[in-house]
Amino acid sequence: MRKLTFSIGGVHPDDAKLSKDCTIEALPLPQTVYVSVAQHLGAPAVPTVAVGDKVKVGQVIAEPGGFISAFVHSPVSGTVKSIAPRADLAGKPVAHIEIAVEGDEWAEGIDLSDTLVTEIPTDKAATLEKIKQCGIVGLGGATFPTHVKLNPAPGSKAECLIINGAECEPYLTSDYRIMLERTKEIIVGAAIMQQVLGGCRCVIGIEENKPEAIKAMREALAQLPYDNIKVQPLKKRYPQGGEKQLIDAVMKRQVGSGGLPISVGAVVQNAATSLAVYEAVQKNKPLITNVLTVTGDCLPVEKQHNYLFRIGVPLSFIAEYAGGVPEGAAKIISGGPMMGRAISNMEATTVKGSSSILYLSEAATKRGPESNCIRCGRCADACPMGLEPFLLRRLTLAGDLEGLEANAMQDCIECGCCLYSCPAGIPLLDLLRQSKNQVLGAIRARAAAAKAAAEAAKKE
Amino acid sequence: MTGIIWTIAVLAGLGLLLALLLFVLARKFRVEEDPRIDEVEKVMPGANCGGCGFAGCRAFADSAVKAPNLDNHYCPVGGNDVMKQVAAILGFEVKEKAPEVAVVRCNGTCANRPRTNTYDGVQSCKVKAALYAGDTACAFGCLGCGDCAAACQFGALSMDPETGLPVVDESKCTACGACVKACPKAIIELRPKGPRGMKVYVSCVNKDKGPVAKKACAAACIGCGICAKTCTHDAIVVENNIAYIDASKCKLCRECEAMCPTGSIIGLNFPKPLDKETIKARIAERNKKAKEAANA
Repeated sequence: MRKLTFSIGGVHPDDAKLSKDCTIEALPLPQTVYVSVAQHLGAPAVPTVAVGDKVKVGQVIAEPGGFISAFVHSPVSGTVKSIAPRADLAGKPVAHIEIAVEGDEWAEGIDLSDTLVTEIPTDKAATLEKIKQCGIVGLGGATFPTHVKLNPAPGSKAECLIINGAECEPYLTSDYRIMLERTKEIIVGAAIMQQVLGGCRCVIGIEENKPEAIKAMREALAQLPYDNIKVQPLKKRYPQGGEKQLIDAVMKRQVGSGGLPISVGAVVQNAATSLAVYEAVQKNKPLITNVLTVTGDCLPVEKQHNYLFRIGVPLSFIAEYAGGVPEGAAKIISGGPMMGRAISNMEATTVKGSSSILYLSEAATKRGPESNCIRCGRCADACPMGLEPFLLRRLTLAGDLEGLEANAMQDCIECGCCLYSCPAGIPLLDLLRQSKNQVLGAIRARAAAAKAAAEAAKKE
Repeated sequence: MTGIIWTIAVLAGLGLLLALLLFVLARKFRVEEDPRIDEVEKVMPGANCGGCGFAGCRAFADSAVKAPNLDNHYCPVGGNDVMKQVAAILGFEVKEKAPEVAVVRCNGTCANRPRTNTYDGVQSCKVKAALYAGDTACAFGCLGCGDCAAACQFGALSMDPETGLPVVDESKCTACGACVKACPKAIIELRPKGPRGMKVYVSCVNKDKGPVAKKACAAACIGCGICAKTCTHDAIVVENNIAYIDASKCKLCRECEAMCPTGSIIGLNFPKPLDKETIKARIAERNKKAKEAANA
């Protein structure tokens, strides 16, 4: 079959999937977990438990704080010790629910057996509600609440559901491992979402550097009773797993500036999200576990792992269990080396979207000295969104917000291709991320002002 | 020869004609402008710093001329002297303001605040603040990249390489407020200059609870409230685990400074160094008397 890819930009970093042969191991429980209330995009969840309450695994401990928000469930059984601000990955204080672990008692109604349930419930509203109640969010990185994404605004129709198995970030192997070990569950999850979206076609996109996953998916599909689902091999190219890039690759359609994927009839869900949807709908299991890769170029192969962790386990506990911080690690990153964020605080806890602890050596992370822009245009060639990072940088330094908006700063997906390709070592991404936030803030403020004015006009 | 004469004649005629045209047009389409705008602009400092809240000195003058009074117009750079002249031109009464100066409310020097990680991104506080909480355990303090010093047009701010903190040169500071706007952590505050420059302020903005703040920085305000209890002028409030001294009520007695357990209260420009023991003895004596009075 022809391998597809997106049309513009992109880079080819070494994929370095060092931990791809490490089977998923279950991580033991620590004595205390800290569950963040802000694990998803949108409004933080509001705690529904009080200090001293006894909770069971899978019990709701926080409810959505707005339309775009999600339920949070207890990942362990035990006693709520405190609800207080705690430093997150970036060192910024976020409310966390501290739970002292006592035994491992699950809430009622959760099916813990391994039997595959292939029969799909037909009531769409009930399925959506189940996905919402189980706190499912997109596990591809942005942690957007899944029930919102699966419920397109009236008037828009999904034509294609794309399951994102690209995992284009170097080093990360958690999606790859679940695609190998939980293949059928992912396909059932995809079929459930397909049914919720009204029976559109479904494409599972996997990069060519994972032939075993492509093979496993194809074999599993042949054994399962669903039609209109196919596996699509993709070329290896970063950022293949970006939502808009994947739509471009699979459907040959481009999402307009500021538009949502549904505007071109696409819904993209990560493979891990698909697994979470399966567990929620068929097994009644809320999103309290995920798979995380412990890897890095300075970590010996025998110390690389893929762990099934309970959400809320401190990163330091995982690092300790995996054998401590390796010698020669200069930077510890949560997420992939291209888009992930450096961890400034190892006491931070895992959240729903945690995908890795990545130890990188100084040689791999050291930034070269910055020199002047030589206008070679490599950043513009590499940008998968068709932006001109060199120009955006100049506008950023000049503080020209209007110019930034006119040049589509808000469309930046922060993939880091510009920074990766810059021969002058200019920290483009750092600057652009900052101005993107500013531009988005200005756009939001304008929208809010327009809304307020419209409401005032209505009242008169 | 005739060629030259013709050329001169034609050009002179053309010049005269165009001059006439310009003269007529300038008369017809003249923009009426209040002459006082020019007068006001002349007395302004001309720094165009934007500290007044207007785009520059001309915009300030333009707005001041149209305003009903000078309540919303104050040039921090020119201060009361310039405002008196502006008021004289426009025939308004001037409201004098106490001169202000920028103070840096963070004492998280390299020694006080141990670094917990290393930052290797863009050397800009704005970018750093958007990325994470900073390279120390204090999520509130100075990030040390010098956005404030870069924003200062008057050369009044500089980064001290030893402490990693900005230093204000009070003789150059005009209180335009550019540094206040540039600081993403809102550490810099404009405070009244005080008599002979003397002032007492809390040099910390950490809102964490005492133990957390103390662990992050040896010079953090831990919100213990001893200063508020000591103050006899009711000038100190402790809110969100942080003390704040109201400069309008402060009598510069330095008692709070002597009593602060972490040294986060700082007195500036006092002629004598702080004599902690004498002040503490004085407070103890006063408390003893108050107790006796209460008992009696």
